[in-house]
Amino acid sequence: MEGAFILEKLILVVIVFTISLVIAMYSTLAERKIAGFMQDRHGPNRAGFGGILQPLCDGGKFFFKEEIIPAGAHKPLFILGPTLAIITACISSAVIPWGQTLTIGEREVALQVADINVGVLYIFGVVALGVYGIMLGGWASNNKFSLMGAIRAASQSISYEIPMGLSIIALLMVTGTLSMGEIVAQQSGFVNWNIWAQPLGFLIFMVCAFAECNRVPFDLPECETELIGGYHTEYSSMKLGLYMFSEYINMFVSSALMAALYFGGYNFPFMYELGLSQNWITIIGVLVFFLKIFGFIFFFMWVRWTLPRFRYDQLMGLGWKILIPLAIANIVLTAVVIVVKDTYF
Amino acid sequence: MSLFYFVAFVAIFFALMTIFTKNPVHSVLYLVVTFFTLTVHYILLNAQFLAVVNFIVYMGAIMVLFLFVLMLLNLNGDTEPMKSNLVKVIGVIAGMCLFATLLGAFRVIEPSNEIVTGNTDIGLVKHLGNVLFNEFLLPFEISAILLLIAMIGAVLLAKKEVKEIKKA
Amino acid sequence: MQSLSNRKKVIEQKPMNFWERMYLPAIAKGLGITIRHFFKKIPTVKYPEEQRPYSKNFRGLHSLKRDEEGRERCTACGLCALSCPAEAITMIAAERTKEEEHLYREEKYAAVYEINMLRCIFCGLCEEACPKEAIYLDGPHVTADYVRKDFIYGKDKLVEPVFDITKLNPEKTN
Repeated sequence: MEGAFILEKLILVVIVFTISLVIAMYSTLAERKIAGFMQDRHGPNRAGFGGILQPLCDGGKFFFKEEIIPAGAHKPLFILGPTLAIITACISSAVIPWGQTLTIGEREVALQVADINVGVLYIFGVVALGVYGIMLGGWASNNKFSLMGAIRAASQSISYEIPMGLSIIALLMVTGTLSMGEIVAQQSGFVNWNIWAQPLGFLIFMVCAFAECNRVPFDLPECETELIGGYHTEYSSMKLGLYMFSEYINMFVSSALMAALYFGGYNFPFMYELGLSQNWITIIGVLVFFLKIFGFIFFFMWVRWTLPRFRYDQLMGLGWKILIPLAIANIVLTAVVIVVKDTYF
Repeated sequence: MSLFYFVAFVAIFFALMTIFTKNPVHSVLYLVVTFFTLTVHYILLNAQFLAVVNFIVYMGAIMVLFLFVLMLLNLNGDTEPMKSNLVKVIGVIAGMCLFATLLGAFRVIEPSNEIVTGNTDIGLVKHLGNVLFNEFLLPFEISAILLLIAMIGAVLLAKKEVKEIKKA
Repeated sequence: MQSLSNRKKVIEQKPMNFWERMYLPAIAKGLGITIRHFFKKIPTVKYPEEQRPYSKNFRGLHSLKRDEEGRERCTACGLCALSCPAEAITMIAAERTKEEEHLYREEKYAAVYEINMLRCIFCGLCEEACPKEAIYLDGPHVTADYVRKDFIYGKDKLVEPVFDITKLNPEKTN
């Protein structure tokens, strides 16, 4: 491999990491601001103009707080838990195509870290791995609430991975490829967005994404009222910060996934009719993609401050008795439509 | 090739750690690492689809369930049943038999054979799908039916228990 | 039981129909409510920067007044302490000497005048009892403090500052 290629990818990786960390940081502020506005109050507004420096203050506070490892805890696993959580959250953004190619001088730079031909499955694998961080942390804390949270997280994530995978299968039947780059490239313009072909699949995928991110109304692993924080009850200082961070990065990545898989990624209406040069299309495309992502992040928060938490049996009932049959029906329906279309049109 | 030997060494090391460690939760975690090295092996063989599926199914689902059960049981040294010497001897003999069988199998296969090395792109999704749904359609469908039967069996087992509780 | 007021309503719980069981319409309704609040005017007052206007008859911290020559009006008659329902006021009287005539209006004055702000209920009876119009509850809120003894306000905190017309900025008076 040539040096320029490695350098280019390295720069891209650093940029993606930085962007996801900054977005995760400011998601915490946005969350509190949106909560404030939805409850007719201001939210944090003291640090900097309109509270713009609040995430830095929070981060600084996390770093300087006392680090407590409980006496009965299993120390290596206690440390491994948040580490795994943040690593899995960060590496899942590797296959997301952020934009088309940029032409810098002679080189064509693809704005995607790795276009592997099983990109969708890669994300699944990483998401499946993410639950280890929560499970290990919860078990190693040696606390019954933490263990309860860990067990809830494990069963919830396994239950909702199935309908998520099934809804993706229906999507793959439409697109015919597993590569994220190709899936997004197919959705050029506006009418080709996968949301029009797979509305039910998108709904299932979105519900499952909420569940996989442990967001309200599926935040049973960490519910404050019953489990006093769940799996991170015993965590303090930056370890707690890492768990929080991984949650927000997960939210960012799943928003990016929903935007890329169903809402056309970097594609925007009339992108080729305006007569712009390739570089401008790419830049606007990246901006449009991030606009879509922010829209989904806002939606995540909007739902959080609207809905109450599920009861545990309702959660399991929704996953196994409603979403899985719906997803299977969606697969069958998609298959029938594809066959009919191929035969008669 | 040196990468292969490194990964193979790591795989065998963690597989041994899985067996020798006392704490069952550690055992499961070492097994997870072993599966991860197997995933790397698949990638080295250019079988990306198999690698990712191994990753999702074994590391992401089955081992999570193992860990789940172990956390609930809270096993430790006190609850471990005493193993008699007879069980140990039988275990050694059974292990030897398996080892001998595997050795014999490898001798028959001849790894340098053309059929075994075959097409190196076979692990990619498209080729794998073609092979599975053309050449090996019957075994594939039969294994699907086997899985379905296992699933129905599991559901039935779970149901039966509920009824007994209600009667009692 | 028979309803005597005729306002009794019999509420029956019907099983939910398919549309209701899907929950999605209800969720959309809930989302609609929260987004409406998102754009509503925020009634919170950003306190130290903005302050809500006080009512005209608000009773706050006491101040001991001076007359037009800058002399303290209080004559330490003790009527305020007598009228105080919370027993918050105490004072020690002293006689004015010749040199102090520019400081105190009456021949007798309060050498010590203390109000315990933890006892005071801000009823304003001292204000009404005062024959010399020397005490008014026209200040701001009593601020928080760390120890109880700091809530006993002496003359240093209660007597209003001397009004000196020569020190006024001429531009400001215009």
